[in-house]
This record gives sequence, structure tokens and C-alpha cells, in this order.
Amino acid sequence: MSHALFETLLRLGDNTLILGHRVGEWCGIAPVLEEDIALANMALDLIGQTQMWLALAAEIEGKGRSADDLAMLRDAWDFRNVLLVEQPNGDFGQTLMRQFLFDQFHLLQLQALTDSSDQRIAAIAAKAVKEVTYHLERSSDTVIALGDGTSESNSRMQTALNKLWPYAGEMFVTDPIDLESVEAGIIPDPSTLRDAYMDAAEKVFKLAHLAPPEGNFAHSGGKTGFRHSEHLGHLLTQMQWMQRAYPGAQW
Amino acid sequence: MTGFSKQWPLWEVFIRGQHGLSHRHVGSLHAVDAESAMKNARDVYTRRNEGVSIWVVEAAQITASSPSDKGPLYEPSESKVYRHPTFFEIPEEVGAM
Amino acid sequence: MYAQMVKSEATKEDPAMLAAFQARIDAGEKIEPKDWMPEGYRKTLIRQIGQHAHSEIVGQLPEGNWISRAPTLERKAILLAKVQDEAGHGLYLYCAAETLGVSRDELTEMLLDGRMKYSSIFNYPTLTWADMGAVGWLVDGAAIMNQVPLQRTSFGPYARAMVRICKEESFHQRQGFDIMMKMANGTPAQKRMAQDALNRFWYPSLMMFGPSDKDSVHSSQSMAWKIKMNTNDELRQKFVDLTAPQAEFLGLSIPDEKLEWNEDKGGYDFSEPDWNEFYDVIQGNGPCNTDRIEARKAAWNDNAWVRDGMLAHAEKKRIQKEAAQ
Ligand SMILES: [Fe+2]
Ligand SMILES: [Fe+2]
Ligand SMILES: [Fe+2]
Repeated sequence: MSHALFETLLRLGDNTLILGHRVGEWCGIAPVLEEDIALANMALDLIGQTQMWLALAAEIEGKGRSADDLAMLRDAWDFRNVLLVEQPNGDFGQTLMRQFLFDQFHLLQLQALTDSSDQRIAAIAAKAVKEVTYHLERSSDTVIALGDGTSESNSRMQTALNKLWPYAGEMFVTDPIDLESVEAGIIPDPSTLRDAYMDAAEKVFKLAHLAPPEGNFAHSGGKTGFRHSEHLGHLLTQMQWMQRAYPGAQW
Repeated sequence: MTGFSKQWPLWEVFIRGQHGLSHRHVGSLHAVDAESAMKNARDVYTRRNEGVSIWVVEAAQITASSPSDKGPLYEPSESKVYRHPTFFEIPEEVGAM
Repeated sequence: MYAQMVKSEATKEDPAMLAAFQARIDAGEKIEPKDWMPEGYRKTLIRQIGQHAHSEIVGQLPEGNWISRAPTLERKAILLAKVQDEAGHGLYLYCAAETLGVSRDELTEMLLDGRMKYSSIFNYPTLTWADMGAVGWLVDGAAIMNQVPLQRTSFGPYARAMVRICKEESFHQRQGFDIMMKMANGTPAQKRMAQDALNRFWYPSLMMFGPSDKDSVHSSQSMAWKIKMNTNDELRQKFVDLTAPQAEFLGLSIPDEKLEWNEDKGGYDFSEPDWNEFYDVIQGNGPCNTDRIEARKAAWNDNAWVRDGMLAHAEKKRIQKEAAQ
């Protein structure tokens, strides 16, 4: 198997897995029923995408593991999601800010992936891009609405942006694994997505009366797996509990 | 309740299914404006691929309409097959479920 | 079921109007929101539909408790879709209640301050993954017993909400039974877990139908109005008759030594649940009453700023648009 391709697929699948899990945590406790249902739809889309990405990763790996094995039986250091998506939900504003920051990147990434030289990846991206177009529409509208709404909602959204903005930069860092896949025409170079991202984000922040914090500082360590946040481990203790406690059982 | 001034307006949702039938009333929901009513309608009322076209009308704008009395059409969903009871094979001995 | 012990209101209107109204119902006509209706009919319906809606929403919590721990990606998606459906059911039902002149927010406040109730069943904890099976199989199964006939209830918006809900419910019961089948045929630990879930959920499920109501005045008025379609005992019997063979199929035993087929009545004999426990639960002393209401209060109060913020933004947009015209 190609190591870079496997890692690339884990990066795709772990982003959607961890974010889908987080969004699913809102089920039953959202601000209104309409939002509760909308968040669940988003989580379902992300879990569906995860099943496709990780199934392909497992196939490429060729060691007889399944998508579920990859999701449920790896420890934190083997996860390849960006730090942004493992951040806790916080209040509804933080959840939607995290969603917007990721959706905007995710959409640009998927749009490019529909032209991937790997047909299997292009096919998954083609399905996911429709779902994520809608996710972005919804999250950007919500960020704008809450940023513009009341002074309280504005200040909560600004707090969310201050907290989460330093996690946006990691999505655009290109490392040797990326480069190998970029050279094979499999994925877009993440750094090339940055300009379009910044333009789009700026427009949304302007309408939302929000400003990202000064400086270019960016946390890293998620997509390489070198150093996740402490939050991921706690997420895994829940997500993986059943498979860890009852090894080999069928559910 | 804490600081909650006003309820979101009520909207009526009409959906045209895939068989060329006209739009039909499927239910209601709350939303702050027409755009978000449209999004909420998509999220709430088309979870099982029920429709291809949605109308939303603010309930307050409707004059004495009588809602349709038939249930919405359901079309099989493409990717969320588990929502449909036939996804689960229940052995015959078990009987109706 | 989700509406338990709904008190029906006495009605003091003009006897001729009442008789004409009853004749419409007897003829199988649907009553629509703008039609004349007795005040008691309206109030009883608000109470019943509201309680039903609250049950759907509070009912999200015990199952939502396991979404983050579902054992596979597919189970996670199925459970999430199922619990999401319950939010939808609550939404449809609140909308049906709103046609009677009460807002969703008013109903929500009545739930949170204890003036309105929700089904006793959701005050029981979900402790293992098998509980996701037991809840789908037994709790949704019991709910279906009551919801299927309610598709023919006399109040149009309620009947239509029920049609939509029933279409979604059968997926719920089946996914629950499917979980139970996997576990009943699985490892000894899984089988033990499945039996334990059945042991804990059996009697609370029987309580869902409410105490025996054959002598209740309220019940007979609601039945005449076709708001209540069957007696509690009828539905409970039907539930046991359908469920007992399913348990047998699973190789699990229902925790009732008196459970036995009775050829003469063409149904099972079974033990009554402990009605003292039932009254404790509906008076607030179930294992999870406090947690459930606290969770709903937190969801409502802590997110008030979101509802206000979105509304304020929409109003600003509207004013801008009007100014531009
Ligand atoms: Fe339900
Ligand atoms: Fe339910
Ligand atoms: Fe259900």
C-alpha cells in the first residue's frame, strides 16, 4: 500500500469522524427543535462521509481492518484529524464557529478533490461536496446572524472566534505526506486553499461584525498526529468504549 | 423564561414530491425569516428524500386555507437506508412489527 | 404511551351545539382548527398533544445518552437518526397543539415549571447499549400501539401528525429489535446485557399505558370525542400479546412468572406493574426525573441568547429591507 495515500485518507476520514461525533453531542439539547434536527443532519452526513473515507483507507491499507476498526481501535496518536474539530462544543456559538471554520475549508478541499486522480476519492468527494455546500450555507448564515444579532450574541461569537481562530491555520499547512499526494494528483496542496478561504471568511466576519484576533499564530499537531489536544482522548474514551470493553463482539 | 422576548414566527411548509404532483402541505415549523424557514424545512421535512421543491409561507399570511388531509409522500432515501423499516430483517416467526 | 392519565375537561356549552359536534365525530368527520369545538375538547387536546410532544422531546435524552458510545459507525448513525426523528415528532406535535391557540414556548414553559407532564418511561436510566435495543423494541413498540389508532383521531392536525409519526416509528421499533437480536445471539456478556435490559424495561413499559381506566369518566369522554381510541387495558393486553412471542424468539425471558398464554381469552395472563412505583415516578421521584428536567431547562435557558440573537438579526434585516424600498 501507499503510506501517503493511507495517511491522506485518514486525515479526511478522521476530520469527519471527530467533527461528526462532536456535532452529534448536541442531539436533544439544542436551542430549538429546528436546530436540533439540522445539527443531527449535519452529524449524519459527516458520519456517512467517514464510513466512505475510512473504508477506503482500510482497503488501501490491506491489512483486513474495517472502517469501524480504524474508528474504534486506534489510540489518540494514530488519529489524523486537525485540532480544530476535536475542540469541545462549548456553547452553541462555539460549535457553529468551529463548524463554519471547518466547513469553509472542507468545501474548498472537496471541490478540488472532485478532480482527484484517484477515481474513488473523486467519487466520494462528489457526494460529500453537495452535503458540505449546505453545511457551509447553514453555518455561515448562523455565524452572521449571531454576530449581528444582539450585543450578547455578538460578544459570544467574538469569544468563539478568538478561541478557535488559532486552530484554523493547521488546515493549510502542507507537509511531506501532503506533498506526496499532491504530486500524484490525488489531493490539492492545502496551502493553495488559503487565499480563497481567507477571502470567504473575511466576508462572513464583516457581515457578522466580528474580527479574527491579530497575528498568524496557528496550533498544530493534529493532522500529523504528533500532539493532539487533551480533548481527543476523552472523546475516544466514549466513542471507543464498547469496542474496547467487549473485544470482538458483533453489534 | 430568561430574557426570551418573543417566539420565532410560525411557517407552513409545502413540498412537491418527485412524481410531479403539486405542492402539498406537510407541516409547520418555526423560523426567524423566510430564508431560515426554507433551510429548516429542508432539514425537518425532507429527511427521507420526500421532496424536490419546497415552499414556505408565514402562517400569519394565510387566509382561511384548509390544510390537506393526506399524509406526505415518502420516497426511499438514497443514503440513509436505515431509516426505513425494511433495512432491518426481522425473521418471519417474529410477526408484524 | 406518551400521554398518560390525561384529564379531560368537563364541557358546559349549549347542548344542541354539543350534540351537533358529537354527530360530526360519530360520522367520522375530522374537526379542523377553525371549526367550532367545545372548550373541554380544546383543553383536553392541548393537554394530551402537549404531553405527547413533551414525551418525544424528553425521550430524546435517554437514547441521546448513548449516541457518543454507539459501538459501530452504522449504529451511531442509526441511533442518531432515530433520536433526531423523536425531535421531529415533538416538533410536529407542538405544531398540532399550536393550531389550538397555545404556543410552543408556552407549552415548553409549562413542561419546565412542572405544570405539564411527560411519559413516566423517560424517567428511567439507560445503563448499557442493550437499553438502546430495549427502548426501541419495547418503548417505541408500546408507543406504536397507541399511535397507530390515533391516526384516526377526530382532530385533523393531530391525526395528520400521527400519520407522519407512525411512518417513522416502525423503523424505530425495528432498529431496537435488531439490536436485541444481535445481542441475544452474541457472546454470553451480550446476552446477559440484553436480558438485564429487558428485566429493567419490562414493567416500566407496561406502565406506559397508564393505570386501568375502564371506570374513568375522563376516559369515556375522551373516547366519545375520539381523542382516546382504546382503553389502557386493551392496549396493554395487545402489547403483551405481541411482545411475549418476540421475547421468546430472542431467547430472553420476560421477568414475570405469571406470564402464561390463556386459551380462553385468546391472550396472555400477566402481572400488573407496581403502580406505587408508577405514582412515585409521575410525582417526580423516578430515577431520572430531576436530571431530565434539568437537562431540558439547561437546553432552553442556556440557549435563550441564540434564539434572541437570531430573531434580532432577522428583524434588523427586515427593517433594512423596508428602508431600502
Ligand atoms: Fe416518537
Ligand atoms: Fe419514542
Ligand atoms: Fe420513536
